[in-house]
Amino acid sequence: MAFVLTEEQTMLKDMAKDFFTEQVPVANLRKLRDAEDADGYDKAVWKQIVELGFAGILIPEEHGGTGFGPMGLGIVMKEAGRTLAASPLYSTAVLGAGLIMAAGSDEQKGALLPKIAAGETLTALALEETNHHNPLNTAMTAEKSDDGFTLTGDKKFVIDGHIANTLIVVARTGGAAGDAQGLSMFLVDAKADGVSITRNHMVDSRNAASIGFANVQVSADAVLGSLGGAYAELESSLDLARVCLAAEMLGGAETVFDTTLEYLKERKQFGVIIGTFQALKHRAAELFCEVEICQSVLLDALSALEDRRNDTPRAASLAKARVGDALRLITNEGVQMHGGIGMTDAVDVGLFMKRARVQAQMLGDTNFHRARYADLGGY
Amino acid sequence: MTALDSFREETRAWLEENCPASMRTPMPEREMPWGGRQAKYPNPDTKVWMDNMASRGWTAPTWPAEYGGGGLSKEENKVLQQELGAIKARPALTSFGLWMLGPALLEFASEEQKKKYLGEIIRGEIRWCQGYSEPGAGSDLAGLQTKAEDKGDHYLVNGQKVWTSYADQCDWIFCLVRTDTSVKHDGISFLLIDMDDAGVEARPIKLISGASPFCETFLTDVKVPKENLVGDLNKGWTIAKRLLEHERSMISGMGMGAGAASMGGMEAVAKENFGADGEKIADSSIRQAVADHKMDQQAFGLTLKRAEAEAKAGQGMGAAASMFKYYGTEVNKRRFELLLDLMGTQALGWEGEGFDKRELAVTRSWLRSKGNSIEGGTSEVQLNVIAKRVLGLPDA
Ligand SMILES: Cc1cc2nc3c(=O)[nH]c(=O)nc-3n(C[C@H](O)[C@H](O)[C@H](O)COP(=O)(O)OP(=O)(O)OC[C@H]3O[C@@H](n4cnc5c(N)ncnc54)[C@H](O)[C@@H]3O)c2cc1C
Ligand SMILES: Cc1cc2nc3c(=O)[nH]c(=O)nc-3n(C[C@H](O)[C@H](O)[C@H](O)COP(=O)(O)OP(=O)(O)OC[C@H]3O[C@@H](n4cnc5c(N)ncnc54)[C@H](O)[C@@H]3O)c2cc1C
Repeated sequence: MAFVLTEEQTMLKDMAKDFFTEQVPVANLRKLRDAEDADGYDKAVWKQIVELGFAGILIPEEHGGTGFGPMGLGIVMKEAGRTLAASPLYSTAVLGAGLIMAAGSDEQKGALLPKIAAGETLTALALEETNHHNPLNTAMTAEKSDDGFTLTGDKKFVIDGHIANTLIVVARTGGAAGDAQGLSMFLVDAKADGVSITRNHMVDSRNAASIGFANVQVSADAVLGSLGGAYAELESSLDLARVCLAAEMLGGAETVFDTTLEYLKERKQFGVIIGTFQALKHRAAELFCEVEICQSVLLDALSALEDRRNDTPRAASLAKARVGDALRLITNEGVQMHGGIGMTDAVDVGLFMKRARVQAQMLGDTNFHRARYADLGGY
Repeated sequence: MTALDSFREETRAWLEENCPASMRTPMPEREMPWGGRQAKYPNPDTKVWMDNMASRGWTAPTWPAEYGGGGLSKEENKVLQQELGAIKARPALTSFGLWMLGPALLEFASEEQKKKYLGEIIRGEIRWCQGYSEPGAGSDLAGLQTKAEDKGDHYLVNGQKVWTSYADQCDWIFCLVRTDTSVKHDGISFLLIDMDDAGVEARPIKLISGASPFCETFLTDVKVPKENLVGDLNKGWTIAKRLLEHERSMISGMGMGAGAASMGGMEAVAKENFGADGEKIADSSIRQAVADHKMDQQAFGLTLKRAEAEAKAGQGMGAAASMFKYYGTEVNKRRFELLLDLMGTQALGWEGEGFDKRELAVTRSWLRSKGNSIEGGTSEVQLNVIAKRVLGLPDA
């Protein structure tokens, strides 16, 4: 188990940290928001991310990636989270690469992975249909047609759905909502006939699309993974993404904790710095413990993925839930301890709190993962 | 075969021969191997096992061999612990001497003191208690008033200690005493006192759990030889603090999973009381509460492991001891609260026929667990330490 980063991983971390701090600070997100940017991400930044090898960080070298594995990906996501960097990393480098690597045929891998690593293909996972994450409840159908499938249904909360050129769509080729059997995945061109994409502006100044599929025709080779049996492949990729999200979330928690602590040492009231008040000190110390506990949980989950451990799903649920709880507490306390200024758009804490809400909902909130953790524990 | 492999083989064979069968069974509270002059051994194997282990110094595996310790390297000790774990061996000796005093003596005591006291600890001959707290000095430990006056060839000690765990069953007490009244921290010394000396009296205090594990300890005109001073005069606070670190890490590791384990695990207790729906606990809010707690417990366990890994890699998790003390004891208390919730009326017994032994033990342990966040520095004090030392938040 890797609780201590290797030298190589430490170098990666330092590199990612420098890059995001210097090139993609929170100001970058503000700029995109204030300019009402049509893409919602900075293409120049994405180009740099690609050049650094982050887009293909999960992808093996034979397919044009840098092959750092889940630990490397988690390290980068955490640093991205520290500055709220808006980029297609999550939708493409985590979900897209992860799903294609887990479920893709050799041809699909050969065709798509190099393009992902090169930053040319952007993907988005069209999974959610209801207000809460629950892959088993997928109802959208894919009916067998003469030379392929016809997709019909509506998806929501598709992160980066409006910028992706390749959609990965989860639909039913059998079974009913609630069944694991009968779930399939399809690679769908975002420009295909019948696909209608609506970008939604979200509270975190990022975006998630609603996508309608009206009799969308795809060929048989658009199937990603096993027909009717994609649930296992989907879940294992989702676990990777959940842990990477937890990494991004913990990055955010660290920033909020650090800046709040700085504020406690700077702001004066009653003639003293407010960090001398025990009511705040104790809460700050508790937040410190939360951050430390979460580091352990995250590193364990990343090494579970790295070592393909049997308990990976449990470790992933633990990470997503535990970091989610901590992030909520830390962002709320961060705003509170900043006093009136914490309510303003001028300081960053509020942006992190808004982002935390969205992250919590992505791929299952704390309740979902607590229940899943219990399921997997046999109780 | 590496040296470590042969050490493992040799250890395994030795344990096979020297660890009595009854010492490989779960240990009832009354068979705890505290050692000392007053020790009783309801199970004679306890003493055999202690002596066997002590003969190799393995009651204190990493202490230097010259003082009677095992002289093992970290790696060897790990092997030993693994082999002990594999046969489910009970601890051969549990003692404040091993956990707290010994490490402090190794660091601060004179050569003669080490020679005398460490061996006695290792062999379980002397049972030590800790004389820190006083009625007026708890969290503010440095406010202690027990006085030691220089009388030429000895110190004359007067004062009162309180919450002295097991004082009535102990042989010696390590005490913090005031040797200079004009300053606070710099007027404290670290003194070793034989409880057989005239003027030492320990009176048990009854706790909410019904047990009396600790005492008020009165020190009246006790004559203590000067050679019993550890470290320099008025420099006892440094030793005291170091010793508290050992104590804190000991308490935070205490009782992981205890209580629920004796009942077959939290999940089993929940299913028994709230029914099962397939594998699941039928009541969803109870199920969530159990999962929530188990997550915290796992997260804490992982953090202990991470600290170990970081220590090995030469990195330190700052003020780790305070964090573990705080978080670990709070998790432990929550565990008992939840366990009692799950057990319902069966957790409400004090004694008698309506409850089985394990149930009664859980109730008493629940009460005992409340002390975890008080002893060895309260939770609030730990948070103060983190805020000050790690976060750099200044005092008012
Ligand atoms: C939505 C909104 C509307 C407002 N409307 C008005 C208005 O109409 N008119 C007006 O005059 N003001 C208004 N205010 C200002 C408001 O009264 C102040 O924000 C508030 O009194 C806190 O002061 P502060 O922002 O300077 O925070 P600070 O006093 O700097 O507090 C920062 C943090 O330190 C904590 N803290 C401070 N002192 C102590 C202490 N002694 N012990 C423990 N913790 C302490 C605080 O609780 C807080 O968590 C408004 C604020 C908001 C957010
Ligand atoms: C089970 C058990 C075993 C023990 N064994 C021993 C032993 O063997 N030897 C020994 O010497 N002592 C022992 N103790 C004593 C223990 O160390 C003290 O109880 C502890 O240090 C707290 O001191 P106190 O009881 O005087 O509480 P107080 O210090 O009076 O504290 C009362 C309350 O005030 C809070 N408080 C105090 N100061 C602050 C502060 N600065 N900021 C915020 N809150 C504060 C505390 O957290 C607590 O909640 C034991 C205690 C227990 C419960």
